Amino acid sequence: MEFNKLTIHELQEKLRAGSVTSLDITESVFRKIESVEDRVHSYITLTGEIAIKQAREADRRIKEGNAGELTGIPIALKDILCTKGIRTTCGSRILETFIPPYDATVVRKLKDDGAVLVGKTNMDEFAMGSSTETSGFGITKNPWDLDRIPGGSSGGSAAAVAADECIASLGSDTGGSIRQPAALCGVVGMKPTYGRVSRFGLTAFASSLDQIGPITKDVEDCAIMMNIISGHDSNDSTSVPAEVPDYREFLSRDIRGWTVGIPGEYFIEGIDPEVKAATDKAIKTLAGLGVKCVEISLPHTEYCVAVYYIIAPAEASSNLARYDGVRYGFRAPDGEDLLDMYKKTRSSGFGAEVKRRIMLGTYSLSSGYYDAYYKKASQVRTLIKLDFDRAFKKCDFILTPTTPTPAFRIGEKVDNPLQMYLFDIFTMSANLTGIPGISVPCGYTKNGLPMGIQFMANHFEEGKLLQAASAFENNSKIERRRPEL
Amino acid sequence: MKITTQEVGYIAHLARLDFSESEKGKLTTQLNTILMYMEMLNRIDTTRIKPATNAVSLDNVFREDTEQKSTGVKIALADAPDGTMGLFGVPRVLE
Repeated sequence: MEFNKLTIHELQEKLRAGSVTSLDITESVFRKIESVEDRVHSYITLTGEIAIKQAREADRRIKEGNAGELTGIPIALKDILCTKGIRTTCGSRILETFIPPYDATVVRKLKDDGAVLVGKTNMDEFAMGSSTETSGFGITKNPWDLDRIPGGSSGGSAAAVAADECIASLGSDTGGSIRQPAALCGVVGMKPTYGRVSRFGLTAFASSLDQIGPITKDVEDCAIMMNIISGHDSNDSTSVPAEVPDYREFLSRDIRGWTVGIPGEYFIEGIDPEVKAATDKAIKTLAGLGVKCVEISLPHTEYCVAVYYIIAPAEASSNLARYDGVRYGFRAPDGEDLLDMYKKTRSSGFGAEVKRRIMLGTYSLSSGYYDAYYKKASQVRTLIKLDFDRAFKKCDFILTPTTPTPAFRIGEKVDNPLQMYLFDIFTMSANLTGIPGISVPCGYTKNGLPMGIQFMANHFEEGKLLQAASAFENNSKIERRRPEL
Repeated sequence: MKITTQEVGYIAHLARLDFSESEKGKLTTQLNTILMYMEMLNRIDTTRIKPATNAVSLDNVFREDTEQKSTGVKIALADAPDGTMGLFGVPRVLE
């Protein structure tokens, strides 16, 4: 049986009943990888031997009646999460040989719970990109159409879940990098509230925006993953010491009487007609569940991309200063002196998009330009936050399309960075404001490409988000298709 | 024009990056397109607006200054391109 096609909760039942072993599941996952990976290329590194060992250990644990929620479940990790003893490249040639001496907190939590590690997934270099095309390790293809991008930057994590090359995965989201590829690959992806999940061991891109989250086959699996990865960590001073509820308990609750806000600014020119139609249909589905729809205004929406592409590269230019060929990673061999070695190492180790963003960030932080760019963007960020504060006084949650169009073709936006940046227009505001967001499948285009709808709620209201997303999923009557590979 | 090729060269030096002349030309064009787009922020009056440096309000986090186990030299140097003699080796700095 193709156990790799099942969800975490379906497999949990089978594992508990003893009708399947973790070894069976893990082997079915690796069989799938063997048959499709050369076409999809979801992974940078596969950890087959470790997985088999962990699966055997999980089966022992289950027999002893000592199983956690993820015991025996094969999970993939974005290659930006540090894994002790396992190469972690961040999709960059500059870290091609980097083997972390420690586990990220989320990785330790998954391991403690008994999860099986399938491998490290492909991504845009240092998570800078919207299509996984900036990876230093090849392009990941969208499992629904191999000529198209899977989205990004967590493109490998989303493609691996969609292609059943793992049961669930973790990604990271700085401007939409979990929700956007989840939408384009027809799976569920959540960016939790800033501070909900520890960032310790997540290689820093833009520290005030980065957050780790799950990519799963359905909303229930998302709740299960959130139960494991959430919570305070003394190793991350920005993680919040707030109680973590059992997210699974929210799933079957009614959302009758709730109010959904629809921001007029999100239905802009350039939005694909099929995406628009699917969004309208989703609004009708919610109305049918007794949810009141109100129009809300987020007047600074059009400024999000400009604000984001000042703040994120500024933080990145500082964070990526550590790659200097001294303590880890690649070093150019022919440096004449220290400065020359730094320049040669960084110039040949980083790809074009990463260098472009380091340049942009260095410029906007440099003397004479700081006020005009970084300070100005930080002020507008305050206004964007106020927009959302006001909006949440009128509604319980906000509904938008996750992306303006379905997946575009490989190469289509590579030479036009600004066009690529504009693709994440609907997801960036959640990072700038720190609120949680989830993307859930909401239908398919005529050509069979999946589309996603985004729910956003106020800080630390992941439970509410999962409740609304689950109600939508159960009532939207969207056929659950799998890509044919 | 927001940024000249010469400025691109200077910023590259600050960022410890090197570009060929043709790369510099292409980068100048691309950065100008992006910086022109950002001009839209000047439409907003932000005179009395406090800048947001983070997504959520953060407080300083304190802890007792207690001794903790450190990584150790061997592990700290394991990934270094030049970690001989128990040190991070770099090209000559002083003449």
